Amino acid sequence: MRIKLCLPSLILNGLLMVLISHAAAYDYPFSDPYVATVVNTPMEYAEVLPTEVPVKFDTLKMFPERKVPGILWNLDELRYSYVRQKGPAPLIFLIAGTGASFNSAKMQVMQKAFYRAGYHVISISSPTHPNFVVAASTSSVPGHLEEDSADLYKVMQTVWQKLQQKMEATDFNLAGYSLGAAQSAFIAKLDEQDKVFNFRKVLLINPPVSLYNSVLILDELLELNIPGGLDNFNVFYDRIINAFSDVYAHGENVDFNNDFLFQAYKYRKPTSDDPLKALIGTSFRISSENMVFTSDVMTKAGYVVPKNLVLRRHDNVRDYAKVLGHLTFLDYFRGILLPHFQDLNPQTTEADLIRQLSLRSIEDYLRTSPKFGLIHNEDDIILLPGEIDYLRGVFGDRARIFPHGGHCGNMAYPENVAAMVGFFQDIKN
Amino acid sequence: MLISIDHKMRFFLLALAGLAVLFMSGCSVTPKPDPNIAYEPPLHKVEDYVKETVTYVGDIYDPLEGFNRRAYTFNYYFDKFLYLPVVNTYEFIMPDYAEKRVSNFVDNVFEFNNFTNNLLQFKLKRTGITLARFVVNTTVGIAGLWDPATNWGMPRQTEDFGQTLGHYGVGNGPYLMLPIFGPSNLRDTTGLVTDAVVFTAAGPPAWVDDDTTTLVFNGVTAVDKRHRQSFRYYRSGSPFEYDMLRMLYTAKRKIEIAK
Repeated sequence: MRIKLCLPSLILNGLLMVLISHAAAYDYPFSDPYVATVVNTPMEYAEVLPTEVPVKFDTLKMFPERKVPGILWNLDELRYSYVRQKGPAPLIFLIAGTGASFNSAKMQVMQKAFYRAGYHVISISSPTHPNFVVAASTSSVPGHLEEDSADLYKVMQTVWQKLQQKMEATDFNLAGYSLGAAQSAFIAKLDEQDKVFNFRKVLLINPPVSLYNSVLILDELLELNIPGGLDNFNVFYDRIINAFSDVYAHGENVDFNNDFLFQAYKYRKPTSDDPLKALIGTSFRISSENMVFTSDVMTKAGYVVPKNLVLRRHDNVRDYAKVLGHLTFLDYFRGILLPHFQDLNPQTTEADLIRQLSLRSIEDYLRTSPKFGLIHNEDDIILLPGEIDYLRGVFGDRARIFPHGGHCGNMAYPENVAAMVGFFQDIKN
Repeated sequence: MLISIDHKMRFFLLALAGLAVLFMSGCSVTPKPDPNIAYEPPLHKVEDYVKETVTYVGDIYDPLEGFNRRAYTFNYYFDKFLYLPVVNTYEFIMPDYAEKRVSNFVDNVFEFNNFTNNLLQFKLKRTGITLARFVVNTTVGIAGLWDPATNWGMPRQTEDFGQTLGHYGVGNGPYLMLPIFGPSNLRDTTGLVTDAVVFTAAGPPAWVDDDTTTLVFNGVTAVDKRHRQSFRYYRSGSPFEYDMLRMLYTAKRKIEIAK
């Protein structure tokens, strides 16, 4: 009798165990999204990828006639990279995130994972990277999803014209992370009309829903988390350097390598998220400074550099960096981006432009196209409350949402790499 | 023959140095507004944001900036047309495994500098570890090609004379972008030269006392060091790369000296 009673409960228990272990199976080490975003995936937790792949670097001239001012002399050719398989293989284009180059650490993770899985891989810098602004942006005013994506689409075609003699592609695919994911969605839509590549599948990794909302969040992370405000940034900086000195001097076998931040984190766990938030904000502000300065110089917008001052190759531009250190994306939005679109169409309002900088503007397409896949994190710091649920609603069972990882912090984690590659190989997990 | 190699080498280096100096003469940096042009003030003016009372983290003493910025560009071209092609050929020919052996060998020979500088700072434990490392790696590690000492709990104790000077309170001095050698400052350049002189006069080259061997070793070291340094001039894409590197170099040295 006793045994009979126990058996069903045992079975039930067993089932529960399986369910629980499945739900808890995601063991990415950081549940704090700010730690995840800063530290990423430390080597000891990361997918083991080939240390070297036979990558080739190349350059393009999209606008051979374009005159580049002296100060930007070394950015006039667009750099990109590719890795090819020996025989015919599917091809994947990768688009980098905000301010990142084709060769950023996250791009290399994707490049190696896809190369190992048998794909030709072509890596392209973000339209917000200075090199793209100078060499490949039609307007040299980055930040508009549709316009930047059109530029990317042109670059992809030019690259493919150059490379098609060197490799045979069985089909074309597309993936991007962060801002590059949002752009991938727009590129895919453009390709539905122009049908140059007829992408088989398109993967979006940690895209913003509204670019406008996300950059406001990132600007605030800096402005609100430097004790005493931005004029005291030097105090914050000295504190960080001193903390690093301490880690380097007293930590065990600490070296300056990719894992330094993780070593630092292990040795001196910050007591609050504030310094981490400030670091994320700083990193975003530095990308913005680079992008906005480049755009200002290229378009003679008169934003921080006087319109008719020509900066030469070896000129000191430190003062402009200091000014840009104080300016937000909203300043850029109102000072360069909006005027640029109002020049094209005087009816354009701020609200129009904000709407255009959002995935919501192509929601119908995203909802219905079966070629999309989404990988995201429940706790991504660039999303406003409700935005992850919006994405879940739009993508339904095409979405894979991990409980942790912050903004792209878990991209090198084995389960994430498997999900990324598996999506293109039609493996459901 | 040996003398002729030496002469050729010296001539080559002199010619290079001359080229570098030519390249870097004419040293203005601050954009000079033409007095005949009326400049339209930008939307966000420098004087509205930059304050005298604020310390900016990137403001590093750099009175020779005009020279330094040109040395920076010189290094880019030197890398592009000479240094990196040699390094790339080396990487193409050598298997990774052999490259690692060369790096270990070079590091082991330079333990001499770690030894003298740890001693000069009276870091006796670290001096001892360095000596023990040298003995273990030279013998068990077969002339330093392998590094068993690290696995035996004796990690490398890197110190140079720049760090020694810093340890005794010598400040950075003016920032310097050295042709070929890269970012430095007056203190660290003094350190670099001192280390090189002591190394040559009293270190392994003096023990071996053979010019050809030293010449070959110096060549191998130059290639190995660049092979291990992933930094590439003008590759970050940032229009502020010169300033960024200056800031990072200064921070890195501060951290190293504190150890």
